[in-house]
Amino acid sequence: MPEEIVILGGGVGGTLTANLLDKRLPKGSARIKIVDPMGIHVYQPGFLYVALGLANSGWLSRSLRSLLRPGIEVVIDSAVKIDAKSKKILLERDGELSYDRLVIATGSYSDEQKVPGLHEGSYNFYSMAEAERLREALNNFTGGTILIGIAGMPYKCPPAPVEFAFLLDEMLRKRKIRDKTRIRFLSPLNRAFTIESASKMVQPLFEERGIELETFVNVDTVDPEKHELTSIEGETYSYDLAVLVPPHRAAAFLVDSGLVDKSGWLAVDPNTLEVVGQEGMYGIGDTTNLPISKSGSTAHFESPVVVEQIRRSIVGSNTNLLSSIGRIKRRSVSPSKLRYKGKVTCFLETGHRKATILIFNYDKPPNPPKPSVVWHLAKWFFNRIYWITVPRGRV
Amino acid sequence: MAENSDLDAVETVQEIDARGSFCPGPLMEMIRAVRDSQVGDAVAVWSKDPGSRTDIPAWIQKAKHELIGVQDKDGYTRFVVRKMH
Repeated sequence: MPEEIVILGGGVGGTLTANLLDKRLPKGSARIKIVDPMGIHVYQPGFLYVALGLANSGWLSRSLRSLLRPGIEVVIDSAVKIDAKSKKILLERDGELSYDRLVIATGSYSDEQKVPGLHEGSYNFYSMAEAERLREALNNFTGGTILIGIAGMPYKCPPAPVEFAFLLDEMLRKRKIRDKTRIRFLSPLNRAFTIESASKMVQPLFEERGIELETFVNVDTVDPEKHELTSIEGETYSYDLAVLVPPHRAAAFLVDSGLVDKSGWLAVDPNTLEVVGQEGMYGIGDTTNLPISKSGSTAHFESPVVVEQIRRSIVGSNTNLLSSIGRIKRRSVSPSKLRYKGKVTCFLETGHRKATILIFNYDKPPNPPKPSVVWHLAKWFFNRIYWITVPRGRV
Repeated sequence: MAENSDLDAVETVQEIDARGSFCPGPLMEMIRAVRDSQVGDAVAVWSKDPGSRTDIPAWIQKAKHELIGVQDKDGYTRFVVRKMH
């Protein structure tokens, strides 16, 4: 009997995992199903560019089916609850799904209701609709105070607010209204960025560009009428336009299924990525409780670890014996691929056609190189080749 | 600030064990706890992250609460803060 493998979520982690499993498992050994509410894969890093008018939204989404290998079944539906005991997933529209192995890659969701006034009083770029709404607001902006802040941690794509600040500064200079605009960057920490070494690179650039850094600003409330933000620390900031990263949360069904820890995220082993106490169930990407960036890059590097564990649990560790079957005729996988060490790689745009790169893991913080046009072009190139590489498992 | 021995006598409404959490996790957990407690309450957070040594006292000062004390325990640090407003 083929193993039933179910993957929840058709983002970077889910799509890549499905394709790698289909590639690496012997033919007929498993049936792979991927469950996604819309059946659409969205390249979320592009929202930033849409908000700033640097790209249109057309290139940011593709049909999930078009990115998957033919043998993978797409189920357009949403999980409502996981019953880990009976290994069943209750679906919103169409009954239930049984599984032998389960990969949870359902990402993170904006939770604007957590901060009073946030939705009514601010903009963000954490969905297509919000990015387009912000683009329109920026188009109509003629000068004043812009606040850029973070209304809850952890949040998706940690460098994004910093990148937004740099690219906004550049955009306003081009429109010749930078001298009429005060940009204030409100950080919940005592530095600009979560990672200290990256902050050391960012902060002098903020100073050079006239972006004012305010530290320890944890957003408490937003008053849309008065255009004022109040922090938990008791300070008030007035604004003409506020761009605030909303708080994020895991999918609600994970809470209902009792799979989250006290922080509200899916509890997984930091190295094996197996859900704590649940054999054969894995978590990747934003939805986990790992102390690492919530980003597509994280999911990208986690996925092969989960795939290798599932592969070994189905066919054993000896690939040579199975190579004669045909589809396993590939390089053997080193034992280190069985453990995720926290690897993340992400670009950080610093404006004026320059960027840097952050490469780090659980133990080693990044040592970002001086921003240069090379990294900016690398990011530009990556954005263009994304569709034919990352979700398909080609890099 | 209270001495180690005196700090044990301070009654806290919450003891947050953030030893499994990395920077800025312990700070964020403490901020949430202070926000959700009543004025006058004392809250303790346990951290293994060396960054907490600077981050947590700096935040308490900025937010104008009171750092009752810092205790070195067995491989971790315990910070006790009182909500002042």
